[in-house]
Amino acid sequence: MSYVKSLQCKECHSEYELKPLTVCDNDFGPLEVAYDYEAMKGKVTRASIEAGPRSLWRYKDLLPIVGEPKAGLNSGFTPLIKADRLAAELGVKELYIKDDSANYPSYSYKDRVVSVALTKAIEFDFDTVGCASTGNLAHSVAAHAAAAGLRACVMIPHDLEEGKIVATLCFGPRMFKIKGNYDDVNRLCSQIADKYNWAIVNVNLRPYYTEGAKTHGFEIAEQMGWELPKHTVSPVAGGTILPKIWKAYQEFITLGIVDDNKPKIYGAQADGCNPVVTALREGQELFHPQKPNTIAKSIAIGNPADGYYVIKVIKESGGFGESASDQEILDAVKLLGRTQGIFTEPAGGTTLACAIKLIESGRIPRDESICVCITGNGLKTVEVMEGQFAANPTINAKMSEFDELVKQMEENHPSQSPATTA
Amino acid sequence: MADTVIVRIPTALRPQVGDQESLDVAGATVGDVLSSLNGDYPEFGKRLYKSENEINRFINIYVNDEDIRFMENLQTPLKAGDEVSIVPAIAGG
Repeated sequence: MSYVKSLQCKECHSEYELKPLTVCDNDFGPLEVAYDYEAMKGKVTRASIEAGPRSLWRYKDLLPIVGEPKAGLNSGFTPLIKADRLAAELGVKELYIKDDSANYPSYSYKDRVVSVALTKAIEFDFDTVGCASTGNLAHSVAAHAAAAGLRACVMIPHDLEEGKIVATLCFGPRMFKIKGNYDDVNRLCSQIADKYNWAIVNVNLRPYYTEGAKTHGFEIAEQMGWELPKHTVSPVAGGTILPKIWKAYQEFITLGIVDDNKPKIYGAQADGCNPVVTALREGQELFHPQKPNTIAKSIAIGNPADGYYVIKVIKESGGFGESASDQEILDAVKLLGRTQGIFTEPAGGTTLACAIKLIESGRIPRDESICVCITGNGLKTVEVMEGQFAANPTINAKMSEFDELVKQMEENHPSQSPATTA
Repeated sequence: MADTVIVRIPTALRPQVGDQESLDVAGATVGDVLSSLNGDYPEFGKRLYKSENEINRFINIYVNDEDIRFMENLQTPLKAGDEVSIVPAIAGG
């Protein structure tokens, strides 16, 4: 059975039928899916969830679908890593990495929102799906659409990383490269959604799409042993995931699935695109849009749709925001790589860099549990790492040259070299 | 009509302006154009404005594809033939 009740305006609480609608007719406030939590009590439990599939669909009762899932049957349930080596490096007691760089099939958190959105697109009988994307979403929409037999039309800024473009094209979508930044693409997509009968997942299916992001939060709680991290650090781009992680935590608290340990949530942005962090620093309720200029292209959104709610949720929780420079972002990518063997894109570097700054400034105490949300994979953005590593000399296949090179490496970087002899 | 700009109306607001996709409106600034529309279509105005001088935060206004918050907000000057687009803010991400 489905526990979904209706769509409800987040501002005036007007109710709407479960249709492809996104904003309230009265005040243009965002519509959000409302559930019957009373009916869930005693039925949606740790045991009922544990009996589900090893995918994000184990949380189906808390997702806005009516029938069975029709997309992303293998998406979600990504690793939660207890990052002890990174924790030791940072001088903190308990640190977790929620690693959506290992999501299926397109290696980012977007596989979650797209699984739900495409299931809804099929329920609503659309034959074409689309999106406005900084890259990861286009990749995910194209992949899931190919698998579901839907036509995909993806709209992206013209200057995305090559890896994201090639990986997306491989799934056969129609790709529209648009001059300008993401915010230009997004405005155009709002107008496209008015004119074409396409399911643009983050425009006309947005209330359903965003619900998929809750599964990132549900998984953190379940994988920590049905407990919430005291501090969660999430990236902020359009502002979808942070309030939805928060909603996931609150739903589990409401249903008695986890205890309320008064969690706090923190937003991470790049210095070159930090409208939400700026508003938090200045104590403002509303952010001022920015023109992005950062290597973290996947989170380069200067006019975040849910920026207002990100600010609200962070303040409510007692968390804060932080932003990081391009070099801090790259350093954090390398730190995560060399301590935990996880290669994230600059967005993940941003989140970790900001977590480090929040720890160092004392905002996040060193002796409480911390979860850092890693949302994308570094293999899609390899060009940003150019010049970050010393060049590796090439040698002939001769033992003498090998011995010489080992010696040189030992001299230059004693801590990274292997033992010299067996 | 002399010195008018084109105002593009999103689907959600079309019922309040007699189901028109766009309107030709006269005015020297964005604020002038929108208050003129508010005078003609009060139901439209109710949704567009939060208070007398403040646009509903869930609506973005663009002049020739640039967000007015990067220009002079409601004081942004207009010239004949400019295109003013009203777009719901809740999209994307």
